[in-house]
Amino acid sequence: MGKRVGMEVAIASAEAAALCKFDVAAVYPITPQSHVAEHLSDIVNDGRVDASFITVESEHSALSAAIGAAGTGARVVTATSSQGLIYMSEVLPIASAMRLPIVMLIANRAISGPINIWNDHSDIMPMRDTGWISFFAENGQEVVDMTIQAFKVGEDRRVMLPVNMNMDGFQLTHMVEPIIMPDQEEVDRFLPPYVPYAALHPDNIVSMGTLGLPEIYAEAQKSKDVALVNSIKVVKEVWKEWEKQFGRKYETIQSYRTEDADVALVTMGSMGETAEIAVDELRKQGVKAGLLKIKLWRPFPFDDLKKAVQGIRVLAVTDRAISFGGPGGPVCSEIRSALYDEPKRPEIVNFIIGLGGRDVQVENFMDIVRRAAKGKLSEPYEIYGVRG
Amino acid sequence: MNTAMMKNPKSIVENFDLYAPKLVSKEEFFVGGHRACQGCGESLAIRLMCKALGKDTVITNATGCMEVISSLYPTTAWNLPWIHVAFPNAAAVGSGVEAGLTALRRKGKIADRRIKSVAIGGDGGTMDIGFQALSGAMERGHDMLYVCFDNEAYMNTGIQRSSGTPFLASTTTAPAGKKIPGNQVWKKNLAEIMVSHNLPYVATATPSYPIDFMNKVKKARRVKGPSYIHCFVTCPTGWRSTSETCIKLGRLALETGIFPIYEVENGVYKLTVEIPEKRRPVEDYLKLQGRFRHLTPDQIKVIQARVDLEFKKLMNKVEHSVSWV
Ligand SMILES: Cc1ncc(C[n+]2csc(CCOP(=O)(O)OP(=O)(O)O)c2C)c(N)n1
Ligand code: SF4
Ligand SMILES: [Mg+2]
Repeated sequence: MGKRVGMEVAIASAEAAALCKFDVAAVYPITPQSHVAEHLSDIVNDGRVDASFITVESEHSALSAAIGAAGTGARVVTATSSQGLIYMSEVLPIASAMRLPIVMLIANRAISGPINIWNDHSDIMPMRDTGWISFFAENGQEVVDMTIQAFKVGEDRRVMLPVNMNMDGFQLTHMVEPIIMPDQEEVDRFLPPYVPYAALHPDNIVSMGTLGLPEIYAEAQKSKDVALVNSIKVVKEVWKEWEKQFGRKYETIQSYRTEDADVALVTMGSMGETAEIAVDELRKQGVKAGLLKIKLWRPFPFDDLKKAVQGIRVLAVTDRAISFGGPGGPVCSEIRSALYDEPKRPEIVNFIIGLGGRDVQVENFMDIVRRAAKGKLSEPYEIYGVRG
Repeated sequence: MNTAMMKNPKSIVENFDLYAPKLVSKEEFFVGGHRACQGCGESLAIRLMCKALGKDTVITNATGCMEVISSLYPTTAWNLPWIHVAFPNAAAVGSGVEAGLTALRRKGKIADRRIKSVAIGGDGGTMDIGFQALSGAMERGHDMLYVCFDNEAYMNTGIQRSSGTPFLASTTTAPAGKKIPGNQVWKKNLAEIMVSHNLPYVATATPSYPIDFMNKVKKARRVKGPSYIHCFVTCPTGWRSTSETCIKLGRLALETGIFPIYEVENGVYKLTVEIPEKRRPVEDYLKLQGRFRHLTPDQIKVIQARVDLEFKKLMNKVEHSVSWV
């Protein structure tokens, strides 16, 4: 049985990777991911996991080295945040095109400029379409569980894709939380050894990353898309298995008090917990509020969303990033297009909140619900609480 | 006696290898049918490199001419495990290959034998956009070899200037214009920068001296740690030279002192191919190439003076360098 510990979440994420016995870690430090990088190197240098730790000179090289190592058939972990993730952007779609199940721990942080080290989702959103599976954790326990699940999902022969596990910088990474840390024997039982589909080795010669002319490029893209779309089945299967073995349930979209809800908030990441309190408060005041928490961002759970919004009159979608000059926040635009073809769909309003670590409190969520209850906003989206 | 023999009497024996092509393996790891231009020095060099490396090798290739001409899906010219990821990161990917193989071998997940990670790139992929990744990988001490194939411009994308482009050469982004006569700065000396990384083995080479190049590749392969070879390769398309001068230009580069061939083992410099005591004038080399067609006699004099100076600096190291082991 796992042990209940109080642990900083960043450190817990590295501990979870250690339980997966990675072969190679290639990591470049950046706030608020640094404790992950440092703790992974502690684990390797203390000999707790037999692995190579590559102290790369940049994030571009971190992911590049991760690809090289994964190409040899190694189980590989990397971690980054913000500018580091953007710096990796050239290599991100190549990792998924090469179908290498690298796991990346992302401590989500705002991107420059102005430079800002605090949390929002503006780092992962521009990287949304790079063909990775994206998990969003809400608390420390989910960070640990999802890190372990990420290896199992990515390495599944039906998937063979890289997975990123998003945890809000500071709000999650720097919190000491009570976490049930699975023990090694349990993780070994859950996660089989990685058997690569092809590996760089002279005994079985392969060419990886060849040139794709127009006659083949579209097919290559389609195969990545099909793999990503189909991976949702495996994600759900793995989560079922997790629930059976560890007793903690995971859903692509987790509903909170939505059975009879009139207005439902939508969150992704650590703000789910604050939003829950707001829903409870509103309920006490007689407002029929509910909450949907998105845990799987890619592949987007279209069908689950459609089911989850049944009966809800207004959806108040919160976003932690802007699509500049576009339709608002990326989460909301996804939800709008997911529901467009539905014969009966809720009103959808979009609030962009918590940019660059701007505090969002229970009262803010309550205010958002109350305003959303009126239906439309005067603009397609609102950057909440902003001056000017 | 010529200079090389004076500095290194053994060179007579070593250069005997020049006339021993029968010793070269007949096995091909970089096979024909690829799409390189006629007279491409870079593809020839890669073929020789692979022969010298042998089977237990993984190649990481930066984007560039060689990746493009060798890997049109569903074909491949590579009879060795090969990976291409992007333009700037061959050294980083190669370092990951090394780390992966090392960890898997240590953990008993693959057979217990040494497989060498070898990363390759053009001058652009190595000296410019891949410079940081190269410096990082070499500094970290991975057991890997990096070979730069320097054809002195971005050939794959249409002969644009790189930091390997020679002074006054005409390229598509540093053209010989009415006002500015081509590339305005001197070629970066990357081999020297690699020596400054305290690598146990650094060498320069060209496929115009194939046995010398292959011996260096073999030597570098044996190094347990990082090693670097800077291989000077002709590109008839980019240099506006004829295909049949592919080998000749490499020899002229040596005989003029424009590209001396040497190795640096634990800090000790040694010329490995004889350079005639009376070096040929640089003009002999320049005049065969369209990229230098616009040069005036005065400009050629400036180049000659710089080549003389660089050669003197190198000979000074050959005479005075001491081993750090
Ligand atoms: C990040 C990035 N920038 C630019 C390019 C375009 N590009 C591809 S190959 C190349 C030049 C290659 O030159 P070099 O490394 O000297 O190799 P060569 O083709 O000359 O052998 C360039 C500029 C790219 N693929 N990726
Ligand atoms: S352009 Fe130059 S380097 Fe490229 S294939 Fe042709 S000859 Fe070789
Ligand atoms: Mg080049």
